[in-house]
Amino acid sequence: MRPEIENHWYPVAMCSGITTPRETLLLGKTITLGGQPGAFWVRDAAGNNLQVVERYGHLWTSPGQPERPLFTIPEAEEQGRRLVDCGSIKVRCSPLRAVENFLDIAHFPFIHTDILGAESHTEVERYDVKIREDENEVWATKVKFFQPQAAQSADGGITTDYMYRVAAPTVSVLYKTCPPRPGAWDVITLFVQPLTEEWCEVWPWMALYDDTTPMSDLVSFQQMIFMQDRSILENQIPVKLPLDPGMETPTQADLTSVAYRRWLKKIGYTYGAQVVAA
Amino acid sequence: MILYDYILSASCYKVRLMAALLSRPLQLKAVNFHPLKEHKSPEMLALNPAGTLPILVDGPLVLTDTAQMLRHLVSSQAADWQSDQDAQWLAFAQTLNDTLGAARLHDILSYDVDIEQARKDGVKQLRTLEEHLSEQRIDGLGFLTGDRPTVADIACFPNTALAPDGGISLDPYPSIRLWLRDIRALPGFIEMPGIHRLHELATPPGASL
Repeated sequence: MRPEIENHWYPVAMCSGITTPRETLLLGKTITLGGQPGAFWVRDAAGNNLQVVERYGHLWTSPGQPERPLFTIPEAEEQGRRLVDCGSIKVRCSPLRAVENFLDIAHFPFIHTDILGAESHTEVERYDVKIREDENEVWATKVKFFQPQAAQSADGGITTDYMYRVAAPTVSVLYKTCPPRPGAWDVITLFVQPLTEEWCEVWPWMALYDDTTPMSDLVSFQQMIFMQDRSILENQIPVKLPLDPGMETPTQADLTSVAYRRWLKKIGYTYGAQVVAA
Repeated sequence: MILYDYILSASCYKVRLMAALLSRPLQLKAVNFHPLKEHKSPEMLALNPAGTLPILVDGPLVLTDTAQMLRHLVSSQAADWQSDQDAQWLAFAQTLNDTLGAARLHDILSYDVDIEQARKDGVKQLRTLEEHLSEQRIDGLGFLTGDRPTVADIACFPNTALAPDGGISLDPYPSIRLWLRDIRALPGFIEMPGIHRLHELATPPGASL
């Protein structure tokens, strides 16, 4: 497989969920993982040890030689945040489709009706999108959206501020208004493990300022949101994410998606992508 | 009434949906079924030694069987939501859970299930359901036991509607799809992740009805 695809960090397990050694798939190939905190290991099918990093509640590995260390989320290291392991959900879709869906705001009123959006408030105001060359990341900032129930800790509707970040081809980090703590950002991530080009395991993870909501309610809220997306993701056509304009016509609300696709093309990341114009 | 609940469980949703259709308030207690397996924790096992969800607590009464919960919810409704044919469909709902529901848990949460067998058996149940609903439709009846919904419909609805989550398409079953639509159109209907509301029937923004 090409280095443009292999030389990235991928999530393969939730650290707290690793008990006995188990097999999984990464980029279509079988890997085995196991061990204990501080001593986790991942091996390829030939028995070679792959590099591992334990961070943000998850075990990360790479089948290649990543050019950079694993991305950082400085906000997630702040004292006082609750770190929420959300488990994983498998989806029959391209890993890139899963990330792209996470970056999209326009679907909130229709798929997460009366939770992350309302049918009476569908407008996506203009926001800024940039490919940051130094960090090699995609960032969308100054995103605003009206939400009836933005988080488990939110009472009633508020206009929520967002920032979206693509930190690696299958990793997205979302920063959003934190209802109990104005000025701070809640961190919600979507770590996507590409099992194959059309099948992925999604590991959401959160670092929140919320001292009151029971942990099971936080997890339940996140799983509810993600499962509302799953049936949509499994029915998207073409299954692979087209990197060239063709069948899908973006609108102004899709600026982040446009930048994400451009960036994938620029860095040569084509796993789960359709590269020929449809 | 307290419902020990898991948002992605089709069985828990049966109880939430039935209560919503009856406008009966439920106090929901979220249980971290995945990833923490909290339903197997000592506290939950003390309440339900079988370690299953949902659990419905109504005063001194603790129910752990979903069919019994539905019966309990409608017991105060005189004849509404009940039929003398409910028992067979409540049993049928259990087979849907064992087949379509198992396939879904396999596909979403990686449960250890013989997936080919679960899908094969699930399709068999869907064909039985399709045949029955088609005959009902010919007789001018839109629901499982007659011209109005009962606990039978609510028990069979979730796992059927969620079949695609387990890799089983509902495209070949027109009568099932019309029936699903009729249930989604019921006053007081609530959705669950994977079962979307009928947006086209919602009140348009700004409209006064």
